[in-house]
Amino acid sequence: MSEWISKLEFYLNYPFVRYALIVGVLISFCSSLLGVTLVLKRYSFIGDGLSHVAFGAMAVGTVLKLSNNMFLILPVTVVAAVILLKTGQNTRLKGDAAIAVMSVSALAIGYLAMNVFGTSANVSGDVCTTLFGSTSILTLTKGEVILCCIMSLLVIVFFVLFYHRIFSVTFDEKFTMATGNNAGRYNLVIAVVTAIIIVLAMNLVGSLLITALLVFPALSAMRIMDSFLGVILYSAGISVFGTVVGMLISVTFSTPVGSTIVVIYMILFGCNCLLERVMNR
Amino acid sequence: MAYITCENLSLGYENETILEGLNFQVHQGEYLCIVGENGTGKSTLIKTILNLQKPKEGEILLGDGLLQSEIGYLPQQTLVQKDFPATVYEVVISGTLSRLGRKPFYGKKEKEMARKTLEELGMWELRKRSYRKLSGGQQQRVLLARAMCATSKVIVLDEPVTGLDPKVTAELYDLIHEVNQKGMTILMVSHDLQALSYATHVLHLAKDTCFFGTVEAYEEHEMGKRFLKEGGKQA
Repeated sequence: MSEWISKLEFYLNYPFVRYALIVGVLISFCSSLLGVTLVLKRYSFIGDGLSHVAFGAMAVGTVLKLSNNMFLILPVTVVAAVILLKTGQNTRLKGDAAIAVMSVSALAIGYLAMNVFGTSANVSGDVCTTLFGSTSILTLTKGEVILCCIMSLLVIVFFVLFYHRIFSVTFDEKFTMATGNNAGRYNLVIAVVTAIIIVLAMNLVGSLLITALLVFPALSAMRIMDSFLGVILYSAGISVFGTVVGMLISVTFSTPVGSTIVVIYMILFGCNCLLERVMNR
Repeated sequence: MAYITCENLSLGYENETILEGLNFQVHQGEYLCIVGENGTGKSTLIKTILNLQKPKEGEILLGDGLLQSEIGYLPQQTLVQKDFPATVYEVVISGTLSRLGRKPFYGKKEKEMARKTLEELGMWELRKRSYRKLSGGQQQRVLLARAMCATSKVIVLDEPVTGLDPKVTAELYDLIHEVNQKGMTILMVSHDLQALSYATHVLHLAKDTCFFGTVEAYEEHEMGKRFLKEGGKQA
């Protein structure tokens, strides 16, 4: 144990490890806030679809050799979020199909672009990194860290200011609309913010595992807490805790960051399910 | 001037018309019961009154100073809600959202409103309970309280007693009656006869002809007689 701690101290001296931890905490905090709404609104699938779109955009960005991928990935993902939300509103089936179509297309285009136009010698390694985020969080530049901090703060401020409206559209969209509130606009904002979070979270866990970040903390919290505020706070707490533990383990035992975090989330979810059983006895 | 006036209203979807030439008025303090078979457009009518859907033809006029946002709504429960982690208080105060304007948070006035309504419905003690752990009847009370927080003028209820047992149903009807007696205008879609005993007016939707009038007139009318004879169920 003491050996592990001294190893950890050694790693924490490196600025890139500290950057990674800061970014990890912020991203997991933001994604858990929105995750509760997405799960309750039955929008989890939108997160999944968007992460594939983000992967496609990132691959294209890499091929185009953009100095900062974010400026391509972010708008593309936001547009995809808006489109998915609009189609999802008509009928459930159409929405499902739209997401399937969009996510596989994005995956295919992304992989194709990397393979055909890519200049890197290690294509499968690159693809693996973007899909599972194995090392990208440890290679963040200072600029990327600052961008990520600003975006996260914006998400948090938005969430606090719109908290009551988010609750209302999540609990009952029709009532919210009927009493003269613009529920459609709130939905749109929620989708856009989700897209932003997904793009940010790609650095942390890679695009295939993002949904875990959105869904697991929310589901865990819903097992235990009775109030909406309680669920939000608990899921934020559990999300940050899981990410920090996962990252520390990953750094010291050199396991892939994303999948380690997700495994920790799974364990936490299991614990909460057990806790619920015990509490209901 | 009536609160709500429907003029020559036609309802339906793109290629299909469900209802044609519907005329009725609802005045302040009235209790309108909307009955009719499945598929005759009750839910569509309600959505149109709530401005969630546009009428195919004709129009719905609001009068007497009634604003669109002052029509409260008690929707049929969705699956999402049955399992929703929120306290009674959180749900009820969300009814005051449209009073907030551009303010981000609830102030004294909204909190006072939620407290008053909860006390009025005898739910204040339950305010910290989880909505999903309440009984069906209690959940409906919570949703009624939320609607009352949104408005003091008109509440539209869409089959509020679905899935409730007879005793709880009767209690809920009593409660709605009480709310009506205090001046709230009620529009309620319902399947059963019990609802009629408190209503002042009836709107019976049917494929060919519709009836609108007072309950007394309805009891004398052919459509009403048939409905009452069949016991109301699926009439």
